[in-house]
Amino acid sequence: METTKKINFSRRSFLQTSALASGGMLIGFNLFTACKEDIKPPIDLSLLDYNDFNAFIKISDEGKVTIFSPNPEIGQGVKTSMPMLIAEELDVAWDDVNVVQGALDTKNYTRQVAGGSQSLRQGWEPLRQTGATARQMLVNAAAAKWGISPSECKTKNGIIINSNGDKLGYGEVVKEAALLEVPENVTLKDPKDFTIIGQGKSNVDIDEIITGKPLFGLDYKVDGMLYASVLRPPAFGQKLVSFDDTNARNVNGVTDVIKFGDKIAVLATSTWSAMKGKKVLKAEWNQESKAESTAFHDEQLLSILNGNKFDTRRKDGDVKKAFSEADTILERTYEAPFLPHNCMEPMNFFANVTTNKIELVGPIQTPAGTAASVAKMLGRDESEVTLEMTRMGGGFGRRLYGDFAMEAAEVSHLAKKPVKVVFSREDDMADGIYRPASKYKIAASIKDGKLTGYHLKEAAINGNMYGLIPNFFPAGAIENYQVDTANYQSNITTGAWRAPYTNFLASAEQSFFDELAETMQVDRIQLHKDLLQNVKGTTDEQIQYSPERLEGVIDLVVEKSNWGKTPEGVYQGFAVYYCHNTHVAEVADIQMENGYPVIKKVTCAVDCGIVVNPLGAKNQVVGGIIDGIGHMLYGELNFEDGVPQSNNFNTYQLIRIHQTPQVDVHFVKNDIAPTGLGEPALPPVGAAVANAIYAATGQRLLKQPYMKYYQPKAIIG
Amino acid sequence: MPTYNLKINGKLQSVEADSDTPLLWVLRDQVNLVGTKYGCGIAQCGACTVHVNGNAVRSCSLLVSSLQGMEITTIEGLSENGNHPVQEAWKEIDVPQCGYCQAGQIMTASAFLNNNPNPTKSEIRTAMQGNICRCATYNNIEKAVEVAANKLS
Ligand code: FES
Ligand code: FES
Repeated sequence: METTKKINFSRRSFLQTSALASGGMLIGFNLFTACKEDIKPPIDLSLLDYNDFNAFIKISDEGKVTIFSPNPEIGQGVKTSMPMLIAEELDVAWDDVNVVQGALDTKNYTRQVAGGSQSLRQGWEPLRQTGATARQMLVNAAAAKWGISPSECKTKNGIIINSNGDKLGYGEVVKEAALLEVPENVTLKDPKDFTIIGQGKSNVDIDEIITGKPLFGLDYKVDGMLYASVLRPPAFGQKLVSFDDTNARNVNGVTDVIKFGDKIAVLATSTWSAMKGKKVLKAEWNQESKAESTAFHDEQLLSILNGNKFDTRRKDGDVKKAFSEADTILERTYEAPFLPHNCMEPMNFFANVTTNKIELVGPIQTPAGTAASVAKMLGRDESEVTLEMTRMGGGFGRRLYGDFAMEAAEVSHLAKKPVKVVFSREDDMADGIYRPASKYKIAASIKDGKLTGYHLKEAAINGNMYGLIPNFFPAGAIENYQVDTANYQSNITTGAWRAPYTNFLASAEQSFFDELAETMQVDRIQLHKDLLQNVKGTTDEQIQYSPERLEGVIDLVVEKSNWGKTPEGVYQGFAVYYCHNTHVAEVADIQMENGYPVIKKVTCAVDCGIVVNPLGAKNQVVGGIIDGIGHMLYGELNFEDGVPQSNNFNTYQLIRIHQTPQVDVHFVKNDIAPTGLGEPALPPVGAAVANAIYAATGQRLLKQPYMKYYQPKAIIG
Repeated sequence: MPTYNLKINGKLQSVEADSDTPLLWVLRDQVNLVGTKYGCGIAQCGACTVHVNGNAVRSCSLLVSSLQGMEITTIEGLSENGNHPVQEAWKEIDVPQCGYCQAGQIMTASAFLNNNPNPTKSEIRTAMQGNICRCATYNNIEKAVEVAANKLS
C-alpha cells in the first residue's frame, strides 16, 4: 500500500528562537534535520545564516510575519504553498505574511532538491509543526501576561483571545515569547478548521514577474562580470583536436578565449559579443566513440525487445503458462523518441572563483550536490563554496544536473574573473541531457473472456524505469504479471524529464488497455474497475497505488466528462494512471477538422490528497496536461551521426496557444496528506488523446510523436 | 563602436554598440532592463517582445541601428506601478508558473488589445500564438486577455 514516511522529530531539536534587536521575534528552524544545540538564531536580520537553520520566521512588533525560505521556485508554486502551511498553523492572516527567498545552505540543507512533486508532501508535517509551535509560544507568553493557563486562550488571525474576551496581538507578546522554552507537544489543526490551506492564493512573486524584475539566473549580474559562450563538441562521441581563435578574438567585446577539456569558452563584455565570438571559432573534432543515429537506436531497441536478455523487475504467477493456455493474445509495441527539456530560460550559471572563496549563483534544482561537485573538481574545500539559487525559468528535470554550473566554475577559475556561462537556445537543445528514447512491448493473454496474463518489456537508452514503477497499476490486479527491462548504453547524455519513464509508459499501457478492452469486448471503464477489485485488500506491500483512490478518480472523470454522452462528432478517449503518489484519470474530447483530430477539451480528475493551494494546484495540472499533449503530439529529437537534428524552435515544435484545449480539473476531496502535482497529470494524457483519435478515426497510434505518424483521414463528401 | 540614441520607456539613452547588435542584448546587458527575455534569438518564441512605436516586435531580431528616433517600451515601462490593465488581469488570473515567458506574453497582449480592444476568442488565440510558454499556461493566458479586454472596454 502507499508508503508514507513518518518523520519523527522533537520540537526542541529543530526550532530555536531569539528576540531581534530591532524588535520582534525570530524563529530559526530546520526542515528534516535537527539544529545544532548551541546555535541560536541571530538578533540581527542581516546575520541570517542558512548554515545554522534552513528557514526563518520573523514576527514583528506589529504582528507582521515574514517567512525566509530558501526553497527556490521552479514553476511548481512551492514558494507559495509551503509558507501557506506555516501560516495556517501559526494562525495569521495570509495578507500579513510576506515570503522572502533566502540564500542557501549547501552543507546542511541537503534535502533541498526542488524536484519536484515531492516538496509539499515532505514538508506537510514539519512545516505545520513549525507554525503550530510558534503559535503555542505566543499563546504561552500571552497566558503568562494574563496569569492564566494557555488552555484558556484561543487564536485567530494573529490575535490571542482569552475567555474573558481580552485580546493581545502577536506583536504585543513577541518579546516575551522569544525568551520562552520551546514547547515539546503542540496540537495541529483539524483540516476542517483550515482557513488558508485549501484557499486559492496567487503566486507570491506575481508582482515582480509582471513588472519584469530581475528574478532569474539569466538576469543576475555583478560589476566586472564576463559573459561566456561555450563551444562544445557538435556531435556526441567527439573530442577536440585543435582550434583557431583568431577571428573570435577580433570580435568587439571579446576579452579572452579559453580551452577547458573538450570545450572552448569565448569570454566577452556582453552576451551578444560572446555568442558572436563563438560563431567564428574554428575547431577540429575527432569522433572517438560511435556516431549514433536515430535509425541505429531504433534497431538496437527493437532487437532488445525481440531478444531474451532482460532483468525481471516484478513477477507474479507464470506469464509463460498463461500465454500458452490463452484463447487470444494481444501484443503491441509502443515507441517514443528522445526529448529535450527546452526550459524557456536556457541553462546559465554565474561563478566567481577566487583564492579564498567560490561563489555560485543561478537556477539549479540540486544546489548541495552541485556545490560539492564544484569543490571536488577544483580541489577546494566545500566550506569555501556558497551557492545562491535564483528563480528558475522552468526545470522539468534539466536543472537537476549541474553541468552548466561546473562549466561556469571551471571557466571562472581559469579566467580568474567572475563569469556567467550562458547557453544559446541552440546550445541548450543540442547539448542537453535528454529524455531517453524508449520502446515497450506489451502482451496480454485472454482465456474464457478473462484477462489472465500481462507481460511488459521495456527497452530504453542508458537506463530503465525506477524501482517502484513495476508496482504501479496493473501490478497486483492480474494473476500472471511480469515486467522485464533492458537497455542500450549510448554516448548521448540522458536524464530525468518531467515524470521520468512514466511520461511515455502511461501512453503505452493505457493505449494498450483501450485496445485490450476492445479485444475482450468489454467496456473500458468496467475493465479497469474489475481489475481494481482484485487489488482491494491486498497484503502486497510493494503495490504503490490505492485501488480505491484510482476508482475514485475514474468515477469522478466519468461523471465530469459526460463520458459516453457526448454530442455527435465529439470523440472521447480515456486513461487512468498512478505515479508520484497521485492518482489521476483523464478524458480527452476531440473533433475532426479537415481530416485532422483537434483536441477540444481534456477533463481531469485528480486525487492528490488535501489541495493546499487550489489556484496553484490547478495551474500545475492544466500545465502538465497541455505540456504533455504538446510533447506527445509533436516532440521529437532525432540524431544523425551523433548530431541532434533540431536545435531551435524553427526545427523543434513546442505546443502553442492555438493548439491548446480547454482543461477542466476536478479534485477528489479528502483529508489525506497532500502529494505531488508537478508531474502526475502529464503521463496519462498521451493515451487519452490516442484513444480519442482511435475512436474518431479507427487509427491506433503506437508511436510518438503522434502527429508525425497520423494518417490524415480522407474528407468524405 | 558607433553610438546610438535610443528612446526607451520615455527616456533618452545613448549606447555604444556594434551596428548588428540586437535590441534585446542592448536592453539586457547595457541598459540593465532585464525584464525582456531571451528565449530563442530567432524570432520564434516571443520571450523578447517589446513595443516599438506601439507595435509588438521581437527585440532579438531588431538591430540597434534601426531604432533611432523610435519609441521603445519594455515591460518595465508598460505602466508606472505594474497596473496596466493587462498586468492587472495577469495578476487576477494568476497566470504565471515559472514566469519566464510572461513579460513577452504581456507585451504581445497589450499591443494587441490596443489595436483590438474587443477581440473574439479565436482572435486572441491567433494574436498570442507567437509566444511560447513551456509551462503551458495557455488556458490562463486566454482568460487573462479576455479579462484585460473587459477592463479596457
Ligand atoms: S528570443 Fe526573440 S523571439 Fe525568441
Ligand atoms: S510560465 Fe514558464 S514558460 Fe511560461
